[in-house]
Amino acid sequence: MADGARNPEIVIDMQKVVTRFGSHVVHNGIDLQVRRAEIFAVIGGSGTGKSTLLREMILLHTPNDGSIHVLGTDLANIAAASALALRQRFGVLFQHGGLFGSLTVLENIGLPLREHRKLSDAEIDSIASTKLAAVQLGADVAHQYPSELSGGMLKRAALARALVLDPELLFLDEPTAGLDPHSAAGIDALVRELCEKFGLTIVMITHDLDTLWQVADRVAVLADGTVQGVGSMTDLSKIDKPGVQAFFEGPRSRAAEAQTHALAALGNKEVLSKPK
Amino acid sequence: MGDLAQPQTPFFERIGRSTVAHRDKALAMLSFVGESSIALGGWILHPGRIRWRPILFNVRSAGFNALPIVGLLSFLLGIVVAYQGADQLRQYGANIYVTDLVGLSMLREFAPLMTAIIIAGRSGSSYAAQIGTMAVTQEIDAMRTLGIAPLEMLVLPKLIALVIAMPLLTVFADVLGVLGGMIMAQVQLGVSFSEFLGRFPHAVSVTSYLIGIGKAPVFAVLIALVGCFQGFLTRGGPESVGRHTTRAVVQSIFLVIVADALFSIAFSILDL
Repeated sequence: MADGARNPEIVIDMQKVVTRFGSHVVHNGIDLQVRRAEIFAVIGGSGTGKSTLLREMILLHTPNDGSIHVLGTDLANIAAASALALRQRFGVLFQHGGLFGSLTVLENIGLPLREHRKLSDAEIDSIASTKLAAVQLGADVAHQYPSELSGGMLKRAALARALVLDPELLFLDEPTAGLDPHSAAGIDALVRELCEKFGLTIVMITHDLDTLWQVADRVAVLADGTVQGVGSMTDLSKIDKPGVQAFFEGPRSRAAEAQTHALAALGNKEVLSKPK
Repeated sequence: MGDLAQPQTPFFERIGRSTVAHRDKALAMLSFVGESSIALGGWILHPGRIRWRPILFNVRSAGFNALPIVGLLSFLLGIVVAYQGADQLRQYGANIYVTDLVGLSMLREFAPLMTAIIIAGRSGSSYAAQIGTMAVTQEIDAMRTLGIAPLEMLVLPKLIALVIAMPLLTVFADVLGVLGGMIMAQVQLGVSFSEFLGRFPHAVSVTSYLIGIGKAPVFAVLIALVGCFQGFLTRGGPESVGRHTTRAVVQSIFLVIVADALFSIAFSILDL
């Protein structure tokens, strides 16, 4: 248990986490480890407690038993001051964005700075504009309100706010849910880019098979209150458990898998052909 | 709906279950009041953390913007009170006592109560709807993860703003209610404005005036806390926002009237 706190390569360490809502047991001994600078996805059918697991990592829910270390900090009985310090080291993209409807996009992005840093308004606006550009949104969006944005733009703006304090760790709750395939692909590329450029560790919950195959480094499958398997999608496809295989059967799964292999083949060809 | 699914639930089991549910709700409300008090204590100890902007914004939206509706309804209520009393007073030739009737009833009872009911409908509902919508769209969660305490951002400014605004609105309601009564006294009973105003200081004591205004902050606390609490109870989808908004209005008006009755009892015991 203490290993997670000492080993800097383990960013999140969950040990024997148990969560109950009344008599309903959601997590019955979850063990998970997320490594630095990887894209880690959590999948599972509805009601398997993916969202609750995420909420436990970001200090919005306390498990009934077990231990969670995030960035070396033990979340059990965490003091208010260290919770505040920890919260400034990670960013969260909520499923619905969670942008404040009464503030413009730029004010939303600048809010964490305004709260936690002593900067002038001009500096805050300039940092917020930089982040807006980093998520590939135009400057014209800055003074619009969240209700005026499309789903894809909303997620990008929320992502900019999650990134504004330059976190080491980023949580994404269904980043591509409710987006058209084109916007979803854009978000996928952006997530990949953030991880590669800034060395961010990314933890996400997703149902999106394209995201899973093309973006995630490692994937954990949740079913029956425990982790059924952890590994790359290719590793997982070899695990013969019903909870895991549900994600690899059916035409949608096969299409996503085939596309990935095709892309990989294309990539190899390009690599091979380049030296010539 | 639960009854339709399980028609055989025994009578006593249902009583037991609803008792437990109500106890849980009461405990949740109590802990909400406690948490708000702690947050308020934190502000008093560290005045630098007080968020002035949302306080001022709420004073404007719940106080200043409510002036027309509070003024109009109090004015009409003053007319109604004077009109109802006019017939009785005329029979005894006690026309000038319309001042006592209008002055006392408006300043002591009707102005604070009327203001509280209007504000419960106007601001209590908007508090519940605003916080409820934020809960549904995960804005409250986002606020927590950004290291902003929702109580300090959403509840305390509303509470403080309403405690400031309600007594002021009550004074405004006093003035317009008495004006309405005064006009009706002139029309129905031939009591001139100068006679009415000459009688006024004898009819209404400063104590009555202060009692009326003193109730207003208590009503303000009830309305703000119930509205915000119902907002935070909102879970799930938009229909939940509507349900809790309705509940906020019903419960806050209920509590305001109960509190008013308790005030009446207390004042009669204290002989005020």
